[in-house]
Amino acid sequence: MPLPSTMTPIATNTLTAAAASVVFSGIPNTYTDIVAVCSLIATSATAQNAPQLRVNGDTGSNYSVTVLNGNGTNAASGRYNNQTLIYADYYGILSTSGTAQATIHYMNYANTTTYKSILIRSGKGDRETTASVGLWRSTAAINSISFITDSPQTFAAGTIFTLYGIKAA
Amino acid sequence: MANMIPISTITVGSGGISSVSFNNIPQTYTDLKILGSARTVRSGASSDYLEIILNGSSASGYEYITVQGNGSAASSSGGGSPLSGTTIGFDRFPSSTATANTFGNFEIYIPNYTASRYKFMSSDQVAENNSSETTLLLQASVWANTAPINSIRFSIGGGTLIDVYSTFTLYGIRKY
Repeated sequence: MPLPSTMTPIATNTLTAAAASVVFSGIPNTYTDIVAVCSLIATSATAQNAPQLRVNGDTGSNYSVTVLNGNGTNAASGRYNNQTLIYADYYGILSTSGTAQATIHYMNYANTTTYKSILIRSGKGDRETTASVGLWRSTAAINSISFITDSPQTFAAGTIFTLYGIKAA
Repeated sequence: MANMIPISTITVGSGGISSVSFNNIPQTYTDLKILGSARTVRSGASSDYLEIILNGSSASGYEYITVQGNGSAASSSGGGSPLSGTTIGFDRFPSSTATANTFGNFEIYIPNYTASRYKFMSSDQVAENNSSETTLLLQASVWANTAPINSIRFSIGGGTLIDVYSTFTLYGIRKY
């Protein structure tokens, strides 16, 4: 019996030139969850340079996040309410050397009755590791996902974003 | 059509084994995921660690950082010798004196394992045993090598054997 299609690649974008943001729009509403897998390189590095997330282009103060992080010396946790976006990592993972990684789960993204939870695992093996849970306070179905960098930094060529759809059994 | 494809499963048999390896990993997927459950044999110890090497390379170039909670405190470790480690430590598996029949469970995600860039590994590990030595651990690891990953080996850390009934399953995440 064939296996069910549990993790379906929806779209991918490997940057051929630096970009300040990457947007996936027209996301089909036929899955249960969406997972974004990001291999990240930046054109420059700053202490807090990390990818930022928005959905449906919403720039309102409708996001919040709780973060658990370790940098090899200290463990820390923080909370950020009424944000205009969510940092995929609050301790800076983007740099010009090596590759940072973020895996972002948009849970039950297509429903139109609940706020949306976003689970994030991110880090860089020579810098830090972070787990975050975010909330987008909207009942709208998520139909676009944006990845943004802190201006003037940009995602470097070679950065890869892939979206997967996860189907319920 | 399935898109998360089981490539190989290793179940440790009676008597245990000192290491398990996934060799000749197909280069036809985008990402790799490993789900596993392990326990070790280490005399007098309640917990133990495994060591991971990629492509059979034990040259320096590995580094990892963890953040963990044990029920009473959170802490972070690793990162002390930038990119000069010779393995990736993979910690907190129940060992000889831990509660019987308990195993540490983990998920490892390796994105873009064939890309010509340093390789990153994100992992979550748990060990719960209704006793005192329990841990939830998150880890970021890097291998400073641009070669595609074609093999992954888990070998015993402080102990002598990976215990019977430990399992390791490698999945490929299909390309777009």
